[in-house]
Amino acid sequence: MPTWVAACATEDIDVEDVIGFRHEDRDYAIYRTAEGDFFATDGHCTHERTLLCDGLVMGRVIECPKHNGRFDIPTGKAIRAPVLEDVQTFPTKVEDGTVFVFV
Amino acid sequence: MTAVMGRERLKYYSLTGEQGERAVSDGLAGGSDWFRSDIERKRMKELMRRSDFPAVRDTLLWFGLLVGFAAAGVALWRSWPAFICFAIYGVLYGTASDSRWHECGHGTAFKNPWLNDRVYAIASFMDMRDPTVWRWSHTRHHTDTLIVGRDREIAVMRPARLARLTANLFGLLEFPHNLWEMVVHASGHLMPDERTFVPAEEERKVFRTARVWCVIYALMVAACVVTHSVVPFLLIGGPRIYGVWLLEIYALTQHAGLGENVLDHRLNTRTLYMGRVNRFLYWNMNYHIEHHMFPMVPYHRLADLHEQVKHDMPEAYPSMWAAYKEIIPAVLRQLKDQTYYIRRELPPGAAPYRVPPDGRAVLEG
Repeated sequence: MPTWVAACATEDIDVEDVIGFRHEDRDYAIYRTAEGDFFATDGHCTHERTLLCDGLVMGRVIECPKHNGRFDIPTGKAIRAPVLEDVQTFPTKVEDGTVFVFV
Repeated sequence: MTAVMGRERLKYYSLTGEQGERAVSDGLAGGSDWFRSDIERKRMKELMRRSDFPAVRDTLLWFGLLVGFAAAGVALWRSWPAFICFAIYGVLYGTASDSRWHECGHGTAFKNPWLNDRVYAIASFMDMRDPTVWRWSHTRHHTDTLIVGRDREIAVMRPARLARLTANLFGLLEFPHNLWEMVVHASGHLMPDERTFVPAEEERKVFRTARVWCVIYALMVAACVVTHSVVPFLLIGGPRIYGVWLLEIYALTQHAGLGENVLDHRLNTRTLYMGRVNRFLYWNMNYHIEHHMFPMVPYHRLADLHEQVKHDMPEAYPSMWAAYKEIIPAVLRQLKDQTYYIRRELPPGAAPYRVPPDGRAVLEG
């Protein structure tokens, strides 16, 4: 059953940045946008499974560090080749300075 | 390893042959286990940060020079200074377009995606490389750099095809080949190897682009016929013959003579220093190990990236001449000994080379 899992403290992620989070043998990417919103996606690029936490956040877009494919962070939509498949997103919430992910 | 020549050599390097399957089964394909130097996240973000200014400045200068030398060449036609103007125009078109194609293909040259895409489309036309096919080809090149049977962009095979390399200094084989590919694409087909890396949903883009390009080339030929002049050809298409010599000289420094089937760009890629003019034409791709290790760093930050990671790198070659003093003997030796490749010393304290655990890179190069 999916449940809320504490991923990190809010201050663990710089504004307009991403960090990796591993839970039950699965990688996730946790984002903080320039507006201060938190989002979560699967940790790997859908193209060749490169870790997205090494990529670059530009506004609400994450760029894969290997081939520069891009996803819209809030929706996970693939927006630049070579990624053609959307990345899975997960709900997030912030409570008492902690970012939770619903996984 | 048995020497392979002729058709056997092409089959060995083919993307549809046994070596590609072997690379997959040996765990060499897929690009997930390549060595990367450690860089603090904050510094990495600084290096990856995009900016429009350097590429806008360099592109305006590039287009300005192209227009200027083309206009001067046409105005001075039938006099000897026209030869100089077209020689420079040819290099700006046939050589410099390649680095623009490359950087905009990565999406790193400009911060603005629209600018990246527009310059990519123009440079692809000048380069005679279908923007969709080559985006995917280059993606594979970065995933499986110099992995035999996976990387279509291995310019110097073992043994090298010396006649072909020499002919392509003047585009003599690549120009007609690219024209043929354009016609094949325009007829609604991909080349057999292209089917191994271009997704089916991208095919229509390839066919549409080729048809537009065929019309442009047909108009160029018509202009030559109508004006009884070769000038339209010198302006469009022709530079892929008379202006690519410098591109070939740059490009061969990237990987020639280095390791195949390794998972460490320090073993299969070369970084060298160049002067300002060459770095303008080549958009800093002389820092090629750094580019392969961190392809999201824009060309205008590669010199900074080089400083950041050079403690982990073999010493950069001081010049193109220094690089060729190593490349030429190595390529000639590989004509007889296909297991040979250049394995350079790392500085003290550098992270050790990463080689595949099956020892294939050591045994076969």
